[in-house]
Amino acid sequence: MMIRPYLLCRDREFDFEQDLPPQESEMVEDLEIDTLLEVMVGGDRSLEKVIRTIFLLGSRDAATIEYRQGIVQDCLRHPDAIRNIYDIAVEAVQTRKEQALGIYAMSSSPSLVLSSAVKLLRMLIDMIDKLKEAVLRDDLAFASQGLGQFCEMLGGELNDDYLSSLRGHLDELDLQEGVFVSAELGTGNIGTNYVLHQPENRGAGWMQRVFNVEDASSYRFRINPRHEGSSRALEQLKYLGISAVANALAQSADNLLRFFDLLRKELCLYIGCINLAEKLADIGCPITFPEIRGLQERSLCCEELYDICLALTMEDRPVGNDVGAEDKGLFIITGANKGGKTTFLRSVGLAQLMMQAGMFVPAESYRADMCSGLFTHFRRREDEAMESGKLEEELRRMDDIVSNLQEDCMVLLNESFAATNDREGSEIARQIVAAFMQKGVKVLFVTHLQGFAHSAYRQQADNTVFLRAERKPDGQRTYRMIEAEPLRTSYGKDLFRRIFEAG
Amino acid sequence: MCEHSVLFLDDHLPSESVQQDRFVTDLNLQPIIDAVTDGWDYCKLGDIYFRPLRCSDTIKYRQEVFADLEDCSLFEAVEDFTERMAAAWRYLDLINEFDYEEIRQGWFLEAADTYCAAVRSLEDKLTTGDPQSRGLRGMRDHLRDYVRSDRFTTFAQDLETVQQRLSEVRYCLQIRDNTVEVSRYEGEPDYAAEVKKVFGKFRQETTRDYMAKFSTEAGVSDVEGRIAGYVARLFPDEFLALTEFCDTHKDFVKETVATFTREVQFYLAFLHYIAALRDEGLPFCYPEIATEDKEVHSRSCFDLALAHNLVTDGTRVVLNDFFLREEERIFVVTGANQGGKTTFARMFGQVHYLASLGCPVPGSDARLYLFDQIFTHFEEEEEIEDLRSKMEDDLVRMHDILRSATSDSIIVLNEIFTSGAVEDQLFLNQKIIEKIVQLDALAVCVTFVDEVAQLSDSIVSVVATVDPESPQMRTYRLERRPPDGLVYATSIAEKWRLTYDQLKERI
Repeated sequence: MMIRPYLLCRDREFDFEQDLPPQESEMVEDLEIDTLLEVMVGGDRSLEKVIRTIFLLGSRDAATIEYRQGIVQDCLRHPDAIRNIYDIAVEAVQTRKEQALGIYAMSSSPSLVLSSAVKLLRMLIDMIDKLKEAVLRDDLAFASQGLGQFCEMLGGELNDDYLSSLRGHLDELDLQEGVFVSAELGTGNIGTNYVLHQPENRGAGWMQRVFNVEDASSYRFRINPRHEGSSRALEQLKYLGISAVANALAQSADNLLRFFDLLRKELCLYIGCINLAEKLADIGCPITFPEIRGLQERSLCCEELYDICLALTMEDRPVGNDVGAEDKGLFIITGANKGGKTTFLRSVGLAQLMMQAGMFVPAESYRADMCSGLFTHFRRREDEAMESGKLEEELRRMDDIVSNLQEDCMVLLNESFAATNDREGSEIARQIVAAFMQKGVKVLFVTHLQGFAHSAYRQQADNTVFLRAERKPDGQRTYRMIEAEPLRTSYGKDLFRRIFEAG
Repeated sequence: MCEHSVLFLDDHLPSESVQQDRFVTDLNLQPIIDAVTDGWDYCKLGDIYFRPLRCSDTIKYRQEVFADLEDCSLFEAVEDFTERMAAAWRYLDLINEFDYEEIRQGWFLEAADTYCAAVRSLEDKLTTGDPQSRGLRGMRDHLRDYVRSDRFTTFAQDLETVQQRLSEVRYCLQIRDNTVEVSRYEGEPDYAAEVKKVFGKFRQETTRDYMAKFSTEAGVSDVEGRIAGYVARLFPDEFLALTEFCDTHKDFVKETVATFTREVQFYLAFLHYIAALRDEGLPFCYPEIATEDKEVHSRSCFDLALAHNLVTDGTRVVLNDFFLREEERIFVVTGANQGGKTTFARMFGQVHYLASLGCPVPGSDARLYLFDQIFTHFEEEEEIEDLRSKMEDDLVRMHDILRSATSDSIIVLNEIFTSGAVEDQLFLNQKIIEKIVQLDALAVCVTFVDEVAQLSDSIVSVVATVDPESPQMRTYRLERRPPDGLVYATSIAEKWRLTYDQLKERI
């Protein structure tokens, strides 16, 4: 068994160096993800990058997501214990900063290199003890597979006997007698295959022969310590002699540090979940653990799904939405301006990301299929002035998305292709959506394009859902989506009336 | 003395270098040759690529060698050989850098060992690989005699003996403070192994190697030199054998072997260069060389320099065919802006040039003409300050070309005289084309002036086409047909490749 935390994936460490998904910066902006991440980070900036990475990368494996859900549930039950473990990991990682110098600065004495490695290892083994004390407590009955496995590793692989044998060897590794090595003739008759020996293994007879001048079985020479080249060469030789040992110890120290660093990083998600759950409980918003469907399935069934970023901004529970859609790959969302369409689109996107990260989602209940990648294509308001280049700019962004698109991806479109007239915009939209359907890409499309929405409705395709921002007969908006055919008018008139006739 | 060349037949010496000629730049040959020779600089490869051949048998001689090296095992054998030879030369160079006799001898031994293994391995693999080319068969026969010669067998036997004896040397160093003691090794156990075992649980394959910092080739210190000296005293017999070896076999590298090493890299470099393109499905072939008639053709041809860039960017490369029959001599290329016209012109010149080197050329099947010279004139995108003097310069240049060119030459003209008035353009283009027609040389002429396409029966009109179903789309395909004189605009969604059909292709 590897000495690894494995808290994000069952059987391997999470790769924090992998690239973020393509177009992630657009998605972060469109879904206002920073609002969510800020609450998860909870004021500890060191969490930010790691949480962002885990959150944006998500998983496409239902078993992995469920594995994390189990750990999140344990964390919500024992928040203080988890925070304590996190603090120990942080403390251990910090020993590196104090101790790393000797190992990495090879220019000085090699014996110093070795002794630094020994010292660092001693400190890290002490931290393992501390971690075991914090985790292996009778009052913490972790129910999840992930934390259970973690406890097992600490108690088994790193049991007390093993740790004390390590300490014993570290004590023996001081080189009072200088460095004693053997070597063979390598390339260019320079020594190679240096092997370290313990001088005491050579009997007394050897010592006598050394001092017997007549016997040519050994030669001794002294270098001028003031000659820099020679001193350095001697240090290099010593280094070659002890490097195998120093290397082994430095690598071990590295890996222990890496273990603590991974533990710290992998825990970030869970610390973030604790922070977030506490905040949501404060403002009275519900959470639920989603039911996960496969990549190839099509499902979006939820009760009271709300936009978590809106909730965190308002510090209140926003209007939620209920959807019951099985086997639907295309959602066309129409209706009044300011009617909650964008909010709904964001709530679906955010819940999707949270689910695939292994987190709970902001809803009373939630069931959805995984996607192989999430992309957003939102109409950008900021460069309204450059109207002429706008359609081109939208198409350029769509081109970027398409370059990275694959089967079972999800694309959220928000008023895309509105930068041209309805007829042209509809034709572009029709072709793009038709191709996406053909290729198994899931689409949620908030649109004012009448031609597009109505031609889709006329087709009556089985896989399409039409949602509309609800408006009461008196013109009032409920901010809820209802299943309904697209209307022929937009609600700009309402807005106009309210704004121009109110005052 | 060199007894065998893999590049030249006995009676044909290298031709003149064309490196300074205009066409090298205009046809984008420079970037191709730069990319081909990149990383092979130690053997003056570039020079060979700038010397087109005038003898079809020598071209054939090289094509045969290329064809042999298309075989993976032969290619790898030869490449492996050149790498070993490069290493051996590097070691021999090192000897001059060291003061200590034992160290110098050590590197000499290393060079000898590398050379010996390289020669044996090549001889073995050329025999089992059964090459068909005169070039590689000749080398194989030469090596076969060489490795069986007294010179080589004695060398190899002496080498082995001395290596065997030195490999049994193991000595100890006790380093304390500023003192080093050198002695014979007496069987002490490995202490590091024990430590490694205990800490094994924490170690991983992927862990960074802290030992990588010191490489043995960093140079030899005074201390190492002195140690080697004392080791030599502790093991006098072994080192005496080494000294004798070095004296006996001072000049062990045979000249024919050295020449082969340099020459064969011409082939390796080019095959390396085109391998990436072949991986993308782009075809290469060995053209038939025409010397009598001028019925040239190529199927699925492309601009090599452009393809190299496109493949690097992950863009699809469009393939084009061309052919000239009977009295046809000149392609007049018209059509869509940015539609691949210049590319077609370059491609025509490039494949002929590459063919003259004996190299494989872009395309699945080709017959190309053995030219005497290539001339190009490409409109330069410079700021024109004085139209009259520019036109004058252009005409002087064209005059020079037409005076030097023969009926065996190839002429490539790209949008010349475009900056003049319309009637000037028409007039000058017509006149120049008429001259080329009279000359009977092969030519490609890219122009906006549709009218010149009908000047003579020896002219073939080629048009940069568009997709008939969506005229905004450039296909980068060029077809033989009369010029259609249309102007095209690109529709915006198609430009971003976002139509239904395009998307179905893309996702």
